[in-house]
Amino acid sequence: MKHKRSKNIKSPKKQSPRSLSRRGFISKGTVSTVGFVLGAEMVFAKHFPKGLTPIGLLENDIADDLIGKHKDLIILNDRPVNAEAPPHLLDDNITPRDLFFVRNNGVPPTDINVDTWTLTIEGESAEKTKTYTLKDLKTKFKEHSYQITLECGGNGRSEYNPPAKGNQWSLGAVGCATWTGIRLRDVLEDVGVKDSAVYIGYYGKDTHLSGDADKKTISRGVPISKAMEDESLIAWSMNGEDLPMHNGYPLRLIFGGWPASCSGKWLEKIVIRDKIHDGPKMVGQSYRVPCETVAPGAKVADEDMCIIEEMPVKSLITYPRTGASIKLNQTLSIRGHAWCGSSAVSTTEYSIDFGATWEKCTLTKPANRHAWQHFNAKMKFPKVGYYEVWARATDEAGRSQPMIVPGWNPKGYLNNACHRIAVRVTAS
Amino acid sequence: MKKLTISLLLLPLMCALCYNCTDGKVETKIDDSLIENGIHVATGLAYDENFELVRALCTSCHSAKLITQNRATREGWKDMIVWMQKTQKLPDLSTAEPIVLDYLAKHYAPEDIGRRSNLDMESIEWYELSEEE
Ligand code: HEC
Repeated sequence: MKHKRSKNIKSPKKQSPRSLSRRGFISKGTVSTVGFVLGAEMVFAKHFPKGLTPIGLLENDIADDLIGKHKDLIILNDRPVNAEAPPHLLDDNITPRDLFFVRNNGVPPTDINVDTWTLTIEGESAEKTKTYTLKDLKTKFKEHSYQITLECGGNGRSEYNPPAKGNQWSLGAVGCATWTGIRLRDVLEDVGVKDSAVYIGYYGKDTHLSGDADKKTISRGVPISKAMEDESLIAWSMNGEDLPMHNGYPLRLIFGGWPASCSGKWLEKIVIRDKIHDGPKMVGQSYRVPCETVAPGAKVADEDMCIIEEMPVKSLITYPRTGASIKLNQTLSIRGHAWCGSSAVSTTEYSIDFGATWEKCTLTKPANRHAWQHFNAKMKFPKVGYYEVWARATDEAGRSQPMIVPGWNPKGYLNNACHRIAVRVTAS
Repeated sequence: MKKLTISLLLLPLMCALCYNCTDGKVETKIDDSLIENGIHVATGLAYDENFELVRALCTSCHSAKLITQNRATREGWKDMIVWMQKTQKLPDLSTAEPIVLDYLAKHYAPEDIGRRSNLDMESIEWYELSEEE
């Protein structure tokens, strides 16, 4: 293994509650801790860059609050919060609010006032600039609810070799919730979309980790054709309640089947662009893969990286939890979910012999486009021993999940290698 | 050279670990002077003579968990620093940069994990599963 992660990393947190302004480079008092002695002090004093103050020494142990989230989420980072669910906790058909993964790029807004929250639509290809209150959005447009799967583009990153940079997601940066809101299309049409429109981009109220109030953390988007889909929503509700704070309260975008980073949180502005949106994390290497496949470890120039659109077909065994020990005469039931970037999953299969043979699972139809589907199967094992149950989904276009990690890419996106759980079969 | 002295100085520590987890909120107080198996427990960073410098330079915007999760060669770490300088407002590290890079390359170097690892047997908690109704 590359590195071991404890199952539930406890986040260090100091007693004193501090405002989020702690992120600025401010310094007070003396830089002293027990460990700050001898050689360390000398190296430190000599090399600490001018203009940078060692705020970290005093305050770096304050984690962001995991408000509204389950205590068994795997916390990859507590500042900013990046947390995923272990697969067996994703067993529900509709992912509960507290188990839905969190990928924060910056600092979520505090002091949210829903009475004064507004959404502005503007841009080169907008007929006019128009601002709506939350109430406007909730009363002027027709409400829609869809079950939509969101998956982080970097889900599975931890398996790439050479390692890819960023949060080392394993399996659980995915979930499918019932999102309620209005169609983005209805709002865009209310404003007026010029023929020149190519892309929409979003801006949210989260702030940059550096503390610079003028710097945008992330501003991504989708082509206008994706924005106009029935299931592309401006949503205020998840599973019938307000959005959880970390999932974008009070307003966010929802685009099924594409990297979840397209679905901007804490939404306050949408720009209708006459070119591909160029906000932070649209450009460079973020959420991009090499336009042409490359050998593992290759350096790829920014101009040879292409924006990720559809996510690949994938599945997750959510029951049983890995590590099940059963008796030889026992029947094992498995179940889980399968999803893909467009259309639907056509088959799911399982293997108990390391991929030598595959058996079909029962698979439900999606509740609507971009909803994950549910599979189950029952199996017996021929002999005692160590087994792995592998699951593999195939989409309607005939594309399946690979058994090994798919094509390497510098930022480690799109790992849809089949999920494996360990099972031990003992004498009856 | 002075590592031993440092760790000896840090040995007589009070046990100040206190977990108090409630749903959705994790309250943890970890003694800042606690070092275990070469790891500074409160941050999770490797503890050596350059730990304080790295902590001071690298944990003001995000927690050290973003560092300890990642593995890269010295060149790879340099790329990440350059990326943060270009896009995330990380200032020039001047003479500290080579020290930080040495630290990162030493403690967080990549290992060849092949095209797909075995399931991590050590982390599996085996349990008896009875048949579902
Ligand atoms: C001025 C603020 C700032 C400082 C100081 C800073 N970083 Fe970062 N760093 C960021 C931001 C912003 C990100 C992106 C975070 C995210 O996407 O969740 C980041 C991301 C990272 C990543 C993940 C890289 C990736 O490609 O996603 C690593 C590793 C990292 N930082 C290490 C360091 C190290 C080592 C230092 C000390 C030299 C440091 N950081 C200091 C702002 C900073």
